Amino acid sequence: MSLNDALRRPGDRGGQGLRAAASAAARGPRDLLSTAAWLTRAAKALLLPLGLVLVWELFSRTGIFPPNLLPSPSVVLAEILSLAEAGDLFTHIWVTVTRVAFGFLAGAAAATLLGALTGYSKQARELLDPSLQALKSVPSLAWVPLFILWFGIFETSKVTLIAVGVFFPVYLNLMTGIQGVDRKLVEVGKSYNLSRLKLVRKILLPATLPSYFVGLRAGLALGWMFVIAAELMGASEGLGFLMIDGQMTGQPQVIIASLILFAILGQASDAGLSAVARRVLSWQDGFGSMSGGKKNA
Amino acid sequence: MLEIQGLSRRFDGGTRALERVDLAVAESEIVGLVGTSGCGKSTLLRIVAGLDHPNGGEVLIDGRRVTGPRPEVGIVFQEPRLMPWLDVTDNIRLALDDFDRAEHKRRIAEVLERVGLADFAGALPKELSGGMAQRVAIARALVRRPEILLLDEPFSALDSFIRISLQNHLLELWEEARFTMLFVTHDIEEAVALSDRVVAMRGQPGRIHKTLDVTLPRPRKRTAVEFQAVKEEILEALNLEDEAAA
Repeated sequence: MSLNDALRRPGDRGGQGLRAAASAAARGPRDLLSTAAWLTRAAKALLLPLGLVLVWELFSRTGIFPPNLLPSPSVVLAEILSLAEAGDLFTHIWVTVTRVAFGFLAGAAAATLLGALTGYSKQARELLDPSLQALKSVPSLAWVPLFILWFGIFETSKVTLIAVGVFFPVYLNLMTGIQGVDRKLVEVGKSYNLSRLKLVRKILLPATLPSYFVGLRAGLALGWMFVIAAELMGASEGLGFLMIDGQMTGQPQVIIASLILFAILGQASDAGLSAVARRVLSWQDGFGSMSGGKKNA
Repeated sequence: MLEIQGLSRRFDGGTRALERVDLAVAESEIVGLVGTSGCGKSTLLRIVAGLDHPNGGEVLIDGRRVTGPRPEVGIVFQEPRLMPWLDVTDNIRLALDDFDRAEHKRRIAEVLERVGLADFAGALPKELSGGMAQRVAIARALVRRPEILLLDEPFSALDSFIRISLQNHLLELWEEARFTMLFVTHDIEEAVALSDRVVAMRGQPGRIHKTLDVTLPRPRKRTAVEFQAVKEEILEALNLEDEAAA
């Protein structure tokens, strides 16, 4: 009995240590420390782009870069500000964001429905998946003429195109995610005679979430790509239109300004999605969660 | 209590895992299944658990034929198999799906107390050590107060200190609840330390080669001469030279 206790303790002590570390992370000093660490990391990440911008500004001012092809960063910034002042900028951003949002929601919803179906049911997979895979091999932009013919030149065709782009990565990741759920965990559920619904809710769904989020993020990235394609092909509003406009009127600063705005919007939406993912998937115990040597000391 | 009659299992690929295995386990008895790898001992356990199905013969629990997982049977696998997204309490709760919700809290608290993890009710599996995770798995199997506990090489992934500690702990739990226990192991010392009876399986397809009653009084001292003698006897029963000759 005493031997038993003595032997059991080492494992427990390790565990308590971990928990102590985890609760310490939630307390004050640790927060300050991680804020400082975050700032250093941000500074490191910014070093290269800031340097490049500086060199670019220098080269533009000294005339090494011809200003009619590559205007300086300060000119680009001034362009963004003047567009913002005129109020046009927000309209363009709003239109583009709305297109991406609707396309993403529609594409992801359809993909979630079909991916869940084909992942869960062998029948559905054998029936639907070959056709969907065949459709996938049509390069998505090749749909454009047909969509324009069917849905006209306005919003519907654009949103549909974006939805098609979003659909496939979400669909594929969800289906393969469901099929890849650890058989051993499913067996635990079976050995306790869990109802089908419970099995899905407690085991299959959470186990699938990591790859589902991978699919959503890849889908969102494609959504941004396709909104540009859609807007380049014919639009009177939106950041893609702004780019075409800049090209037609020979204003490279407008093109570059739109480019930067696209980058910012894409990055922001992805950061939002991955923040949600991090929250939902905080139980994961992977290489990525080993930050700061908190674990397995 | 538990009867295994003429059990045979042939996998789809044609591999024969078990051939006409007969075994009866009495109430509160502890039976250890030992054998060389590939002798079908895990398959046997999985069939008893209702997770696999035989091609011939049957398993009876209290005279009723096993066709799928049974509520009065608990199982502990080689790995803890905890859901990483559920905390310790919710992992154990999985086993109580058909119980009254009011009962959950009391039962879970009680079983956590018994396996010495009361402080870890809200911990996620990633915060547990290997030994603690396996104790949660044992708690999950015991929370239903099963009549039969099946264990498939439950401690083989743990280091020897934790393993001995958990073996003793399992015996304490058995003393309290007196469930019938059938476990698979390739650790002969574990078989001798725990079992009332050791069943040695051999061959491919696996058959029961020898059955050995272990009459040593509990608690058993692992370094005792008698303990070593039983180990020797089992080792001889599993002798690999014989097998090559056979």
